[in-house]
Amino acid sequence: MMEPGNVQRSTPNVQRSNAEGASSLDVGRWTLDVERSSERAAIFIRDVSLTFPGKRLGDEIAVLDHVSARVAKGEFVCLVGPSGCGKSTLLNIVGGFLTASSGEVLVEGQPVHGPDPRRIFVFQENGVFPWLNVRDNVGFGLRGKSKEEREKTIAHYIAMVGLTGFEDAYPRELSGGMRQRVEIARALAANPDIIYMDEPFGALDFITRLKMRADLVRIWQAEKKTILFVTHDIEEAVQLADRVLIMSKRPATIQQVVEIDLARPRDLDSPRYLEKRDEIFRIMGMSLRVGETLSV
Amino acid sequence: MPRPALRTAHATTLLSFALPVGVGVMFLLGWHAAVRISGSDLFPTPVEVGRGLLELARQGLLLKYVVASLFRVSWGFALAVAVGVPAGLLLGWYSRGFQAFNPMIQIFRPISPIAWIPVAILWFGVTDAAPIFLIFLASVFPITVSSIAAVQNMQPVYLRAAQNFGLSRGELFRQVILRASLPQIITGIRIALGVAWLVVVAAEMIAVNSGLGYLIIDARNAGKRYDLVVAGMVMIGVIGLVLDLLVRQLEKFDEVRWGYARR
Repeated sequence: MMEPGNVQRSTPNVQRSNAEGASSLDVGRWTLDVERSSERAAIFIRDVSLTFPGKRLGDEIAVLDHVSARVAKGEFVCLVGPSGCGKSTLLNIVGGFLTASSGEVLVEGQPVHGPDPRRIFVFQENGVFPWLNVRDNVGFGLRGKSKEEREKTIAHYIAMVGLTGFEDAYPRELSGGMRQRVEIARALAANPDIIYMDEPFGALDFITRLKMRADLVRIWQAEKKTILFVTHDIEEAVQLADRVLIMSKRPATIQQVVEIDLARPRDLDSPRYLEKRDEIFRIMGMSLRVGETLSV
Repeated sequence: MPRPALRTAHATTLLSFALPVGVGVMFLLGWHAAVRISGSDLFPTPVEVGRGLLELARQGLLLKYVVASLFRVSWGFALAVAVGVPAGLLLGWYSRGFQAFNPMIQIFRPISPIAWIPVAILWFGVTDAAPIFLIFLASVFPITVSSIAAVQNMQPVYLRAAQNFGLSRGELFRQVILRASLPQIITGIRIALGVAWLVVVAAEMIAVNSGLGYLIIDARNAGKRYDLVVAGMVMIGVIGLVLDLLVRQLEKFDEVRWGYARR
């Protein structure tokens, strides 16, 4: 894996100089907003850029271009963008699995230096351990806890994700949706402050996805965790999030932020829901027309 | 097809038993007929081989030779596992170590254990240590190479998940790297056991004076007893099958079953 090493710390007041057009102005305003609220943020992303070395010597591929964003404590934020735009890359930087070329990420006020058990990542490709049964997977983050506490916590979260009765099953005996539930339960059982989710429902069928989303919102409301959720599915973002950060195509910036001020549980037929959905479609559609190639 | 599922399942089980038995019977009949038709007085019929086996059993030689061969395989193989699995895990994990040692491994690996027989006799003489050394050599490379590959092919998502939960180095090795590699390591062990069993017979023909390999070469040299030669071959085949079935049982544990093709 390529890990650009030198992290340059840029001062908060530096404004982007190559601002052009309406969307860049939005980014400018957004950056100011981000800085004002940095203290109470759970996640604070400031001017993060990432470039990979290209195939030829000296070539550089810019993936992220001065991305700034903020996620408040207890907030559910979705990160959407065209496929390949770098939203997973950004989540991996925030999660500590990748290092940014420049800029900084503060989580709970501290710079990120690597993965941390207080913030658990739920992976797109399902990171449930196939050699452990459901019980031991869910209890994986509970090393060092007493036996009674372990068992109580495991039972609690297995019940929360609706897998009671499957404690002794192995992942290969479960459906894709059930495996994703195990991973969510494993994350919750470790009692993190933040959960990062990288297209966790991407491989599931439509009906299962709808059900998983409803359950995730229910769990989030009960557990009051901060969730940063990456998806390419606009409907999914509008169904889940308090706010949706829309990324542009590569090199990606946060193009716009859409507040989803809809009460939960959300009515997927209501005019307000459809309005929000279409707003995001419009914003992303514009970015596709501006780009040289369509990347859907 | 509206056939009752139970009857179908029953018929399938019966068939899966009847087919191989049928082939075996055909083989024995063909063998018997071929010996009779050719009129050979040296090569035995299946019945004569059966009598030979009984004779060996009555003399106590059969059990003695089988135990001797299994004893050598157990030691050589256990040593190979004890060296090959840790070495493979380390070389799979530390890419510098892999770079340093892999060319040497690839040079030693294609040298047939048979080629080592003179060296083994030079070093260990006509003792049990010679075949044990040869079996070790034959099985340590498949085990090491498959253990290296197992670690290198591990899905990175397991590692990242484990790192996320803040595992120490030792915990990471024991609870994730070893567990994720186990299915492929077991496959390597299975292949290596097959090779080890091939080699013990060859080694016993030259380096010692007991065991199934010795039985074969001795039966031929001392009076052209081809019924005993073939009896030795039959025992080698049957024990090889049993060993493979035993190792296959390892693949059925829930902890590793995920690593094999979906069944």
